[in-house]
Amino acid sequence: MTIRRRDLLRHGAGAVGALGAAGLLPFWASSFAHGVQAAPDTLTGTDILLRAEHGSWAIDGRHGHATMLNGTVPGPLIRLREGDDVRLTIDNRLDEDTSVHWHGLLVPPEFDGVPGVSFPGIRPGERFTYRFPLIQSGTYWYHSHSGLQEQIGLFGPLIIDPKGPDPIASDREHVILLSDWSFLHPHRLLMKLKQQSGYFNRQKQTLAGLASGRDQPAKDRLDWGRMRMDPTDISDVTGSTYTFLVNGHGPADTWTGLFRPGERVRLRIINAAAMTVFNVRLPGLKVTVVAADGQPVRPVTVDELQIANAETYDVIVTPDEDKAYALVAEAVDRSGIARATLAPRAGMVAPLPPRRRRPLATMRDMGMDMGGMSMKEMGDMGGMSMAMRDQRNAPSVPLNPGVQTIAPMPADRTGDPGQGLIGLDHKVLAYQDLVALVPNPDARAPSRSMEIHLTGNMERYMWAFDGKAFSAVTAPIPFRENERVRVTLVNDTMMTHPIHLHGHFFELVTGKGDHAPRKHTVAVLPGGKVTFDLTANAVGDWAFHCHMLLHMHAGMFQVVGVRPDPAPESAGEASA
Amino acid sequence: MIALLLAAALAADPQAHDHHAMDMPMPVTAPASERAATPSQPAEVPVGDAPPPKAPADHYADRTYDPAAMAAARDLLRREHGGGTYSLVSLPIAEWRQGKGRESFRWNGEAWYGSDVRRAVFKTEGEAERGRAPDEAEVQLLASRPIDAYWDLQAGVRQDVGRGAKRTYATVAVEGLAPYWFDVEAALFLSTRGDLLGRVEASYDQRLTQYAILQPRIELEAAAQDVRRSGIGRGLSDVKADLRLRYTIVPEFAPYVGVGYETRVGRTRRFAEQAGEKARGTYLLVGIASFF
Repeated sequence: MTIRRRDLLRHGAGAVGALGAAGLLPFWASSFAHGVQAAPDTLTGTDILLRAEHGSWAIDGRHGHATMLNGTVPGPLIRLREGDDVRLTIDNRLDEDTSVHWHGLLVPPEFDGVPGVSFPGIRPGERFTYRFPLIQSGTYWYHSHSGLQEQIGLFGPLIIDPKGPDPIASDREHVILLSDWSFLHPHRLLMKLKQQSGYFNRQKQTLAGLASGRDQPAKDRLDWGRMRMDPTDISDVTGSTYTFLVNGHGPADTWTGLFRPGERVRLRIINAAAMTVFNVRLPGLKVTVVAADGQPVRPVTVDELQIANAETYDVIVTPDEDKAYALVAEAVDRSGIARATLAPRAGMVAPLPPRRRRPLATMRDMGMDMGGMSMKEMGDMGGMSMAMRDQRNAPSVPLNPGVQTIAPMPADRTGDPGQGLIGLDHKVLAYQDLVALVPNPDARAPSRSMEIHLTGNMERYMWAFDGKAFSAVTAPIPFRENERVRVTLVNDTMMTHPIHLHGHFFELVTGKGDHAPRKHTVAVLPGGKVTFDLTANAVGDWAFHCHMLLHMHAGMFQVVGVRPDPAPESAGEASA
Repeated sequence: MIALLLAAALAADPQAHDHHAMDMPMPVTAPASERAATPSQPAEVPVGDAPPPKAPADHYADRTYDPAAMAAARDLLRREHGGGTYSLVSLPIAEWRQGKGRESFRWNGEAWYGSDVRRAVFKTEGEAERGRAPDEAEVQLLASRPIDAYWDLQAGVRQDVGRGAKRTYATVAVEGLAPYWFDVEAALFLSTRGDLLGRVEASYDQRLTQYAILQPRIELEAAAQDVRRSGIGRGLSDVKADLRLRYTIVPEFAPYVGVGYETRVGRTRRFAEQAGEKARGTYLLVGIASFF
């Protein structure tokens, strides 16, 4: 460990010389951490300065180039207090524009940090100060919204402590920040996917797999082949190029957090990965979910949870034995794992559970789950078309080359535990398990409803809302100030899309009444749909996008415009 | 039944109502075994049918920041979210062919550059006997756009550059992915002399393992009329059938071995026999498939 660390410092000395002995991992993320309270370099208070800069860092002993904040990947832990007015200054020492978006924070639109939507971006050599009051608390994170900097290191955790007592009691807490790292530049990742959409998939169906029974039986395989659908296409970018990280540590380095047996340990789990959904579990420990996306929920105890990109979950674990426990964050396609250890003392290692078989997409992931009905019976259903691309199933979506399929029967999948986790013999969290701890601030009935289709073409690697990439969009999605709207997201593709709306929380419609779980990012499972109620109470323009970074970059991005009604400026003609 | 369950759930969760009444959250001290209780289940609220508002015509950030700087940032935002350009250079066939009394080099490749909806495509293929200039060789320059989720329509020119006639053709082609994962390319060529030729190629990647891939490939050529100078007869003229086993060391670089069979058929075959040329042959193939 010592040698590696010295080596690491030497290598990084040129780029981050000013950093001195601080190293390339922030203390909060350093291994054998006693907990985030003890991290000496946590940024607190109301005035915070962050340097964006290039640098080199090491993952499992190999060096890569990163864009960093304050010289570390992940960036520093920013810990603020609800009720404070804060000033966060970015000093851009990169040779390109940068930005920081405070993910999940309710801030004025001019400080939301999306270049081209909320502000012009931060030029090289410039400083920009974000100023906003903190009107919430919980576990959040921050990341660059410029280019693909988020993939190469410009992200970190952000915690806001409540003004009053914390509704979530614990003896100790650790941040578990999950991410994915590739030594290929993200532009290369996207280029490869455009050239060959299955480029990173090393778990395709084979004759060997057919013979051994690992793959679909021959008949299903023919059916899927006829539809040109690959059931092994679970993740676009996989463990074939990614190293999956916990707090910046690869599986070989294994980040370790300490505890005393019997303590209630709060894990603030953040999925800061660019392209990876994770399945998180701690074999031998029950996990009690106490907050989702920073918002406290009634405690719900599970064995495992799937966390999509940009979501956060706060969980309580109570390790009561004097032994090490593994935290396993398995990539959804099971092409690799991120791994951490919770241990009473440094130097302990917990055994990893056996690797689970890679999942295969099902008819449910195609929006065609008819509960055991045969294809013929489906075809006979009056008026309902089971065709893979029927205009009647999405009248508003142009059936252009970017729209490979329209889910014929998208199911409400908020009761599902996540792709690849159905039918396990232990409890996996589903959105329907989440109940807000406090009543929702707005329980009005929605005055209107709308539907947005998440569309794509896996073969062409094209992604969009309603069949239109953002580059082809001419008008934002409009909302009246303070109107309450029921929004249904329909996933017409065979991939999970974590959809994030800036500047707002929304309430998932899962039958929880005025205790609906409030989220800033919602994962819409393949072939499924999610409905949420939104109070559009933040006037301004806000980014709305898939948090799969390359899906967003390929066009799955829109702007939401919230204006008072009647809006004087809407009298003119809408322009691009 | 459902009402009974609901009532039971409510009775079992007295806290549910307490939470309703509370403004301040209470510290969570629940034992780890506690599960989220079914909440009080209000009836589904009716959703109105108000019309959506008009899309705002302004850009909100222009109120705070320099509109010119915002306009430039918006341009970049648009280009970076769906407006990208990409490229590919692919050489799936580059091989030595060893047949009875004949040894040759054959290639078939394609390159493209452009966006999701508009691409420039360059194609080339040909064959050269050992130590000689290529007998057959052609280059094509095409404009391509998608016409469907899986198919591209391409149009442009083809120029023959081999030892034979240096013909120029107008070309129209479709290229894409057929059901059951067949890669298919079909093209029509109209020469400046008015001759119409056609070609269809299809291949399929059968994965034996993640890295070993068996690829059958077939290529058919046809003509609408006799083209005597080129030895082509009306109707189906040439059939090539190959089987290649490649090993993807990395996706971009896959050496392969294979066997190939090719034959002239119909009138074309008769022309060949009249000219004393070989009408068919079987080959062993060794090559490298690559792209970048």
